[in-house]
Amino acid sequence: MELTDILIKFTLIVIVFAISLVVAMYSTYAERKLAAFFQDRVGPNRAGPWGILQPLADGGKMFLKEEIIPTNATGFLFIVGPSLAIFTACIASAVIPWGQKLTIGTTVIDLQVTDINVGILYIFGVVSLGVYGIMIGGWASNNKYSLLGAIRAASQNISYEISMGLSIIALIMVTGTMSLGEIASQQHGFWADGWFSWFVFKQPLGFLLFIICAFAETNRSPFDLPECETELVGGYHTEYSSMKLGFYLFAEYINMFISSAVMATLYFGGYNYPGMDWVAANAGTNISVILGVVLLFGKIFGFIFFFMWVRWTIPRFRYDQLMDLGWKTLIPLAIANIIITGLWMTFIRG
Amino acid sequence: MEPLSNKRKVLESKPLNFLERAYLPAIVKGLSITMKHFLKVVFAKGDVTIQYPEQKREFSENFRGMHSLKRDENGKERCTACGLCALSCPAEAITMTAAERQKGEEHLYREEKYAAVYEINMLRCIFCGLCEEACPKEAIYLDGDIVPSDYLRKDFIYGKDKLVEAPLNQ
Repeated sequence: MELTDILIKFTLIVIVFAISLVVAMYSTYAERKLAAFFQDRVGPNRAGPWGILQPLADGGKMFLKEEIIPTNATGFLFIVGPSLAIFTACIASAVIPWGQKLTIGTTVIDLQVTDINVGILYIFGVVSLGVYGIMIGGWASNNKYSLLGAIRAASQNISYEISMGLSIIALIMVTGTMSLGEIASQQHGFWADGWFSWFVFKQPLGFLLFIICAFAETNRSPFDLPECETELVGGYHTEYSSMKLGFYLFAEYINMFISSAVMATLYFGGYNYPGMDWVAANAGTNISVILGVVLLFGKIFGFIFFFMWVRWTIPRFRYDQLMDLGWKTLIPLAIANIIITGLWMTFIRG
Repeated sequence: MEPLSNKRKVLESKPLNFLERAYLPAIVKGLSITMKHFLKVVFAKGDVTIQYPEQKREFSENFRGMHSLKRDENGKERCTACGLCALSCPAEAITMTAAERQKGEEHLYREEKYAAVYEINMLRCIFCGLCEEACPKEAIYLDGDIVPSDYLRKDFIYGKDKLVEAPLNQ
């Protein structure tokens, strides 16, 4: 690898990292603002125009709060918990293809940090590591509510990872690859071979299962049982204060951003958009690539909006209902989806 | 029993049908309701918030707020320190000290006797308006704003400096 390549990759990593953090930061603001709008209120509007500086004020508050580590907590693991949560949240973005290749002079810049050939498996691995952050933090707090929240998080994530994986298998059968860059480029344009090229139109049931599991994996309402205030005080982060609490909350928003990016890439065409060939031919390749990146972020923000929209609409599941839905409904549906996809591939696509 | 009105509706609990068990139609319905509220707030200024320090809700006409001691049409204080307001006060919030009007003070006080000190403890006051009703001289009315907050209890004892209406020629 040449020095310029390393520099380009490094810059890209820094940019992606910064974007994830800024998006997560402003997701907290968006969440509060949207919550207000859904409930006929106005939301934060005092810090700066329209309250636009609210995340900075919140961050400043988090940093200045007193740091409390309970006497009976396991000190080292108590710190490892939130660190692991935010670390795993941040590294998942490495395999997301943010766009096609940019060409500046003779240098070709690939807008994907790394295109490993098992990208989906990588994301699954990282996501399942994420639950350790919650589990360790909840256990190390030495508090019954934290422990119950952590156990709930662990069992919920394990249950929904199964149906998530099964819904992805059907997609992988269609694509024939696990590389996210490859999957994104297979959805080129909008229309190909007499049908929409985006996978949401080829795998509608798979997408539905995936989005439900994504809600459960990110601990978002209606699956936010690990932090169910009415039963568990604060859930796994009951004993946390200061920026360690901030890390947990932040990790949730980064996870939301990443899972929105994954959904946009896997099912909604990633950086592809209708008429991209026309734009590339008439306005130049780079313009088309940049437009694709912008539209990918538009899709991601659309998904984040949907996450919040659902949160302020649907009440929380009861725990047995959650398990019922996961094991008795989603997993059979996912298996049925695999069978239907297999039949379609064998008899119709040929 | 005979139904008295025709409003009674007999409900039967049926098992949920397939669509109801699938949750999704109900979820879509719920989402559309919240979206309606969202659009109303964003595009039609549908929020109901009053931004308090900048905007104030209008009080009703018979709202009872902070007291004011009135002056007559010549700018003389109406209060004659008869003590009926203090007597009528169920919360015992009012105290006063009477004084006799001296020569040369006729332009200040309407009657020969006036209140040299007139204090209302705003923490005791329950804003019932009985002082207003008891006053034979139409000297006290609860027509002011909400009593502002403060840090010390002693600062809630309002004297004449805060209660008496501003003089006419100012």
